[in-house]
Amino acid sequence: MISEKMRKYLRPTKKFPHVWCPGCGIGTIMGAIVRAIDKLKLDADKIVMVSGIGCTSRMPVYLDFNTLHTTHGRALAFSTGLKLARPELHIIVVTGDGDACAIGGNHFIHSARRNIEMTMIVVNNSIYGMTGGQVSPTTPYQAYGTTAKLGNIERPFDICDLAIAAGAIYVGRATCYHSTLMEKLVYDALQKDGFSVIEAIAQCPTFFGRLNDFKNVVEMVNWQKANAVPVKKAEKMSSEELEGKFTIGLLHDVDFPEYTNLYRKLMKRAQGGG
Amino acid sequence: MSGAEAIASGAIAAGLRFFAGYPITPSTEIAEILSIKLPKVGGSFIQMEDEIASISAIIGASIGGAKSMTATSGPGFSLMMEGLGFACMAEIPIVVANVQRGGPSTGLPTKVGQGDVLQTRWGTHGDHAIIALSPSSVYECFTITVRAFNLAERYRVPVIILTDESVAHMRETVVLPQEGEYEVIDRELPTVPPEWYLPYDRAHGGVAPMASFGSGYRYHITGLTHDAHGFPTSVSEEVDDCIRGQIEKIIFNLDDIVEVEQLYMDDAEIMVVCYGITARAAKEAVEIARSKGIAVGILNLLTIWPFPVQLLQTITEQIRVAIVPEINMGQIIREVKSSVEGRCKVVGINRVDGDNIYPHQILEKISEVLS
Repeated sequence: MISEKMRKYLRPTKKFPHVWCPGCGIGTIMGAIVRAIDKLKLDADKIVMVSGIGCTSRMPVYLDFNTLHTTHGRALAFSTGLKLARPELHIIVVTGDGDACAIGGNHFIHSARRNIEMTMIVVNNSIYGMTGGQVSPTTPYQAYGTTAKLGNIERPFDICDLAIAAGAIYVGRATCYHSTLMEKLVYDALQKDGFSVIEAIAQCPTFFGRLNDFKNVVEMVNWQKANAVPVKKAEKMSSEELEGKFTIGLLHDVDFPEYTNLYRKLMKRAQGGG
Repeated sequence: MSGAEAIASGAIAAGLRFFAGYPITPSTEIAEILSIKLPKVGGSFIQMEDEIASISAIIGASIGGAKSMTATSGPGFSLMMEGLGFACMAEIPIVVANVQRGGPSTGLPTKVGQGDVLQTRWGTHGDHAIIALSPSSVYECFTITVRAFNLAERYRVPVIILTDESVAHMRETVVLPQEGEYEVIDRELPTVPPEWYLPYDRAHGGVAPMASFGSGYRYHITGLTHDAHGFPTSVSEEVDDCIRGQIEKIIFNLDDIVEVEQLYMDDAEIMVVCYGITARAAKEAVEIARSKGIAVGILNLLTIWPFPVQLLQTITEQIRVAIVPEINMGQIIREVKSSVEGRCKVVGINRVDGDNIYPHQILEKISEVLS
């Protein structure tokens, strides 16, 4: 059932049924984003949702904001231009692991480095869903994909470590199972004056699940529950105990001058002021 | 001033408020100059991480309502093909200056070339229409840049300023037109209430008003084929309207878009079809030939795409030979040949050694076709 709160933000005509498979985690994440926006009482006219290409990148079309579905990997680059031209807009970038970390990896690290204000939500299902189950930069070592039938021999990226190392000022991780935490992280990220990244771990039952011997969606969500370790708890655990698990919660929160603010100051100086 | 300076000045005069670019010889001066000029007029400049990011950023800024531009050269232009296609498909006004150098690949970075003519037209995938303008002097760098923005805004289409190393680095004494002496066109904004707004409505001349994000018109922009609302569609009629409409808005307005300079053409039996720096050599050659009583004229393609097919069809009634000098192995000559449909002989002069075509080479070709 769609709640009344959710319905308020959905586009009323033509967009449904949506493209996502039964059991897909993206809808849960969309719900968390919408609830965070609703709680912040942001003006829909001032919200821009930008995406690249892939399953997650189909999200903007369903939501009644200013929505921009760009080319593969480029959502952050389009957003950078838009944010500089219209600094008053709230930009939310929704992207997948392939979109953000493979083809869009360069834009990811440079957007973080610049610290331009926007919130990037990376839905990580460890696989290319839209094209049918190929391995991605976050596919675990030895997991299976249609382009790694004998097991993946590449090391995966840790999206949050990558974001922190590149300069993002707010970084957090949650899963579809921990959707309340996800909502809280998005709520806080949207208020940060800089580049914030939320990694949202999601199940892809159709491809990752079937290729990697998960029996059903419930088993995949239970895997999230069993392997996610809250940050505080992880601090007390040894590296052996953390083997194969991942931390969730707020991982990084600092302040640093924001790019469009710095540019506004530069503009004043160029015009002979301040 | 240089051609690069004139392009930067023309852009500001036309209302440029956002530039994103990546350093590349021989176009870098345009970015350097605009990094200084833009903040002074309240505009933004950003150096992006690559050319794909640069063209993506200018599309984003244009969606926010800012007149936007980037500048590059061959290798960067190749990377921009993705964004160029998106701007065609989503109908976002942008201007891209391509200062051509020798290619392919890294090629000859510091020397002139005209090898990107067909890439400009067909480089991005899929069927689409595009506008490309080609200046041959510093003065034209200014006027053509203003015109590029005007056409981009009027037709919601990417416009390419297809220039070359020689024109961009050439210095000439020019008196630029003052504000009020040139036309500046801004995109049409919607006046209907947001719930009635159709961002891709073809009803009024094929080009719908374009709302800026954040202005109260919440709508969807995508690189997928889309309906009049901007929502993705694969319904045949809607797909046809989406693609055909993008092309027809250009080809139904050729009178407004196509600009060709004709010199000594009234009684010409030989014509030199040229563009960019090569037009300068052609002008000198034709003046010398005229002083010797040879009936030769010039067709300078200020608008290179869409190609002036109809004009060539009418002109060639009186022309015996068309000479097409190009700093490539023969690109626009294909269009000339297909336009004249055998009514006159078409011969090329081609150079790919990094140097310009000189007037004496064109004079030699004129003598050759006369004998």
